[in-house]
Amino acid sequence: MEKVVFKRPRYMKEAPFHYCPGCGHSIIHRLMAEVIEELGIGEKTIGVPPAGCAVLAYDYFDIDMGEAPHGRGAAVATGIKRTLPDKIVFSYQGDGDIAAIGTAETIHAANRGENITVIFVNNSCYGMTGGQMAPTTLLDQNSTTTPGGRDKDRDGTPIDLSEMLALTQGAVYIERTAVNSIKNIRKTKKAITKAFKIQMAGLGFSLVEILSPCPTNWKMSPIDACRWIDEDVAQTFPLKVIKDETD
Amino acid sequence: MDKKLLMRGSQVIGEAAIRAGCRFYAGYHITPQNELPEFMSGAMANLKDGTFIQAESELAAINMVLGASMAGARAMTSSSSPGISLKQEGISFLAASELPAVIVNTMRGGPGLGNIAPSQGDYFQATRGGGHGDYRTIVLAPAYGQELADLTRKAFEYADRYRTPVMILADGMMGQMMEPVIFPDPVNLSELPSKLWILNGAKERPSRIIKSLILSPVAMEEHNWKLARKYEAISGEIACAETYMTEDARLVIVAYGTAARIAKGAIKRAREMGLKVGLLRPVTLWPFPGRAIREMSRLIKDFLVFEMNTGQMVEDVRLSLEGRSNTHFYGRPGGVVSTPDEIGRVISSLYYRRRLEED
Repeated sequence: MEKVVFKRPRYMKEAPFHYCPGCGHSIIHRLMAEVIEELGIGEKTIGVPPAGCAVLAYDYFDIDMGEAPHGRGAAVATGIKRTLPDKIVFSYQGDGDIAAIGTAETIHAANRGENITVIFVNNSCYGMTGGQMAPTTLLDQNSTTTPGGRDKDRDGTPIDLSEMLALTQGAVYIERTAVNSIKNIRKTKKAITKAFKIQMAGLGFSLVEILSPCPTNWKMSPIDACRWIDEDVAQTFPLKVIKDETD
Repeated sequence: MDKKLLMRGSQVIGEAAIRAGCRFYAGYHITPQNELPEFMSGAMANLKDGTFIQAESELAAINMVLGASMAGARAMTSSSSPGISLKQEGISFLAASELPAVIVNTMRGGPGLGNIAPSQGDYFQATRGGGHGDYRTIVLAPAYGQELADLTRKAFEYADRYRTPVMILADGMMGQMMEPVIFPDPVNLSELPSKLWILNGAKERPSRIIKSLILSPVAMEEHNWKLARKYEAISGEIACAETYMTEDARLVIVAYGTAARIAKGAIKRAREMGLKVGLLRPVTLWPFPGRAIREMSRLIKDFLVFEMNTGQMVEDVRLSLEGRSNTHFYGRPGGVVSTPDEIGRVISSLYYRRRLEED
């Protein structure tokens, strides 16, 4: 008698991920597909992938997906959700997408209390274009546009977008997690579940920021990248519930 | 059919949009079309299935429209010249993703911040696609209050029929002017053909993707050709122009929108002086009614293009004529509105210089 202990979630297509070895997107995709299946919302969830490494998310999620221009995920998700308020709508965005080119769309969606869920994957660089400085790049972190490291006077400091969003009245739940360890992966899944449940209850804007390793652009082994999240990234972006109005 | 109403142009577009089944409007105010978002805020509030969002920017507004269109709504945004520049990213994505939407441009003087006076400086931007990439946008150019209503209805029909963004190209004069209008009956949304491509949850059907990223050059090329075939079909099906007093004309003015109305006044004056002058008014700017002009060139040897810019549509007239007739141009850019008398003088001076009074 065989017992299934691990299988493809219902809402993942049978397609191999294109993501680099050690990249966090694959883990996050899987967690989301598991949550969508467990909550029984796969037939009414619409996802909005970003411009960036995760643009091809529509090749992996077996749900309706509509691509947004770079940074406009929250605006596109707003248009979908307002038209179909009974559906579950999420945007999936990287740190450059959400915290630089799409800052305005994100802040105002949160401020309107749009009943959408945003998955904000923070790998502290622009991954797809080859590792340029993002607004979230750490001080002294090397990138292809900060040779010698990010300099506070020249480049500014890493932006705490999630903390900024928490200041808006419309944001109901914002948590920062990571996918660099088993423990953190489990916490991330809990956070994603909570964010979707908040939307299902119609409570307002929910966002999970997920610190995610980018071994390719960090020029580290996957194991070192996971370690670096604990030792450096999470020092600048602490893992915590930033706002929870449901308590 | 309803009774005749006296309404401001911007509000005519709003009322016509609601009657066309528009249930989603997102916009960012800009003069001279603020009456349109204001009208939509009230109109949508009165509908149980209507959404009005005052967006934080033009970019946000057009991308909300993109999302609403993905979800199946008849969606609209509006702006004026500088704001339309900002919307071009979204318009390109709408065209690429084959999504219907209606965009209203109430043109003002430019470039840059320009001014808030009526102008036609955005012809190139509107008819050449405006955003990046190999695409076209259907462009409708109303000239009268009634036509604002009729073409707004058509804009939504074309957008859905061809799954492509449609622009209504008006100007500050039309947006502000009050004229009598009879509105068509409201569309019954449940009677419209169902859209079998929208994102509304993959229930009892395979999941769908709406996207514009096509990484394979071969597949991208095929998508471009697919769009091109669609644009070719549109060109053959909806190109439209109004003609006025052209039967016996020796000189034909080509003008659209407000410029065409001014030209009509000038033509009336010229006719009183015995000059045989007519008007060809493109109602669709893209597709351009080139065939109508080409056919006219068998009898008409002189065309005078009048625009409220330094010469944009004149290029399409020349391309349509391919040298068969003479093309002359008169323009006033920057928000200056010519009077019929002024255009009348341009007409008579050209008429006699070209010796058109001679048989």
